[in-house]
Amino acid sequence: MPPPILDVRNLHKNFGAVTAASNINVSFTAGETVGIIGANGAGKTTFVNMITGYLKPTRGAILYRSREITGLPPRSIARLGICRSFQVSQVFVSLSVLENLLTAVAIASSPGLGMLRPLRRPELIERAERIMERYRIAAFRDQLASELSQGARKLLDIAMAVAGGPKILLLDEPTSGISTEEKQPLMDVVMEALKQDELTILFVEHDMEIVERYVDRVLAFYQGEVICDAPPAEALRDPKVQEFVIGGEYQAGGGHA
Amino acid sequence: MNLVRDRTVQGLTLALGVMLIVSALVPSWIVNQLLFAFSRAIVVLGLLVLWRTRLVSFGHALYFGLGAYTVAMTSRYTGVNDAFALLGAAALLSTVVGFFVGFIIRRYRDIFFAMLNLAFSMILYGILVKTEALGSTDGFTIEQPTFAGIAFEDPSEGKLALLCLLMVVGWAVAVGVQAYLRSTLGRLTTAIGDNEIRVEYLGYSAEHAIHIKYVLSTFLAGLGGGFMALALGQVDPDSMVNWTASGELVFVTILSGPGSVAAPFIGSFVFEILRTYAFEWMPHAWQMIVGGTLLIVIFFMPGGLWGLVSGVAQRLTRRRPAAAAPGAGG
Ligand SMILES: Nc1ncnc2c1ncn2[C@@H]1O[C@H](COP(=O)(O)OP(=O)(O)O)[C@@H](O)[C@H]1O
Ligand SMILES: [Mg+2]
Repeated sequence: MPPPILDVRNLHKNFGAVTAASNINVSFTAGETVGIIGANGAGKTTFVNMITGYLKPTRGAILYRSREITGLPPRSIARLGICRSFQVSQVFVSLSVLENLLTAVAIASSPGLGMLRPLRRPELIERAERIMERYRIAAFRDQLASELSQGARKLLDIAMAVAGGPKILLLDEPTSGISTEEKQPLMDVVMEALKQDELTILFVEHDMEIVERYVDRVLAFYQGEVICDAPPAEALRDPKVQEFVIGGEYQAGGGHA
Repeated sequence: MNLVRDRTVQGLTLALGVMLIVSALVPSWIVNQLLFAFSRAIVVLGLLVLWRTRLVSFGHALYFGLGAYTVAMTSRYTGVNDAFALLGAAALLSTVVGFFVGFIIRRYRDIFFAMLNLAFSMILYGILVKTEALGSTDGFTIEQPTFAGIAFEDPSEGKLALLCLLMVVGWAVAVGVQAYLRSTLGRLTTAIGDNEIRVEYLGYSAEHAIHIKYVLSTFLAGLGGGFMALALGQVDPDSMVNWTASGELVFVTILSGPGSVAAPFIGSFVFEILRTYAFEWMPHAWQMIVGGTLLIVIFFMPGGLWGLVSGVAQRLTRRRPAAAAPGAGG
């Protein structure tokens, strides 16, 4: 087996008396798509926040390509190649879609004094436009991000996260706040676009149909612990997962079969 | 560099050429007004950079005053009296202080950012007023400087030389700020104002970016303060370091508008004229006119004078093709 791209060892996080992460030991192989599931408050966002440097774990270690990254600030982790989108889209609302992406592309490709080079460079604009097309937001190129629909804003948020060409992408509830009919098409766009980059993807998702459809592996959280780590078919039939995550028996194929 | 093709840079260069000629022809009271206006404009340019990131400082008289006093003290106590050396010292000292103060300031936003600057400026004010060697409440006068060794016998010639230097330096810093604002780092203004977390996750520190903007603004404030000291031929704590001086700088920033690096020069000039006439009409209530102007700007001209100027310019240029269209059709 190849060495893991990301290795999480004995991770703990307490908020006062609340245990949001407890003894988490998982590792991820390059190219995997992993679904993170769990009821509200199970610790999914906390897990994502610790890997991306927003939260410092109380105990434990996170290794990226065998290098410890525990406690590094988000910007350093992002520069190493671990990027994320947010449960609530985080975009620059008073900039246009193009400017949002340009900023993302420019920061990623301008370390140090490169930040003093002009933002509107032809090669950067071209890259931003390619990303816009892949994520199907090219039509909104010159619209302000504040004017976008929920779905388009989610896509922009994700497009910005991948603009720097990360190796690992964490998506926190990419379909939250999206109507049921829009979820599948949105995820199709995202997964289609991401496939081209051979990324390792960890995404938090509540919709089991989407989980089943797109992931290779499921991590189920309950009260800060990983209660199941298995391929989707197996995980969704796990009694503990059914009891603590899904809240009932899951019908494989979501009734489409 | 494609800065040469930048419309703002072209406009500034043209304006510099015209102003260099004009300033040789106008009466000396206008030379003085221009000296005050453009000295302040350099400071306002730095506040514009901060304002684009939605940061307002109520204490930049700290750096303005630091620049002015550096010029005065250096000329008084070291015997160095060349404008280039004095201004260089002014800019350097305020930049160094800004760099260190910046480590504290960069952690704060909104009203805390504004007031923390005010707090630091009040400390300097207190020190100046209390210290006899620094001129106390009266401040002191400054000798006319030399320019790269050249001394002017006639004071009005000296003023004109200072104005020429000021305009060239003003042009240079405006072009520099324009280049900065076009850079990736400089463009992290609205973005930081919008969403610092996102900036962080894209791989850059918002605090770091703010620190750089802050130091840039303190450099400009010190430089502008140095010019102001030479223009006035004196320094004093009340008109240069007190909180009212900071307020004036914020006033001119709002009056100018954030739309262009040229705006501070127009705004500062209008402010100088406004204040002079207001003072002549109503010696005891000139603040009323200045305050009224501020209200008008806030209510009716959110883009400041620059917004007004560029709006009119846009309407003029738009009318031409519109008028040509029917003719082309017929
Ligand atoms: N910043 C915080 N301060 C205090 N408690 C928190 C904080 N963030 C999360 N928690 C708590 O940690 C637990 C896990 O939260 P979270 O990771 O957001 O869950 P999920 O994303 O799975 O819904 C919850 O009980 C939540 O209330
Ligand atoms: Mg969550």
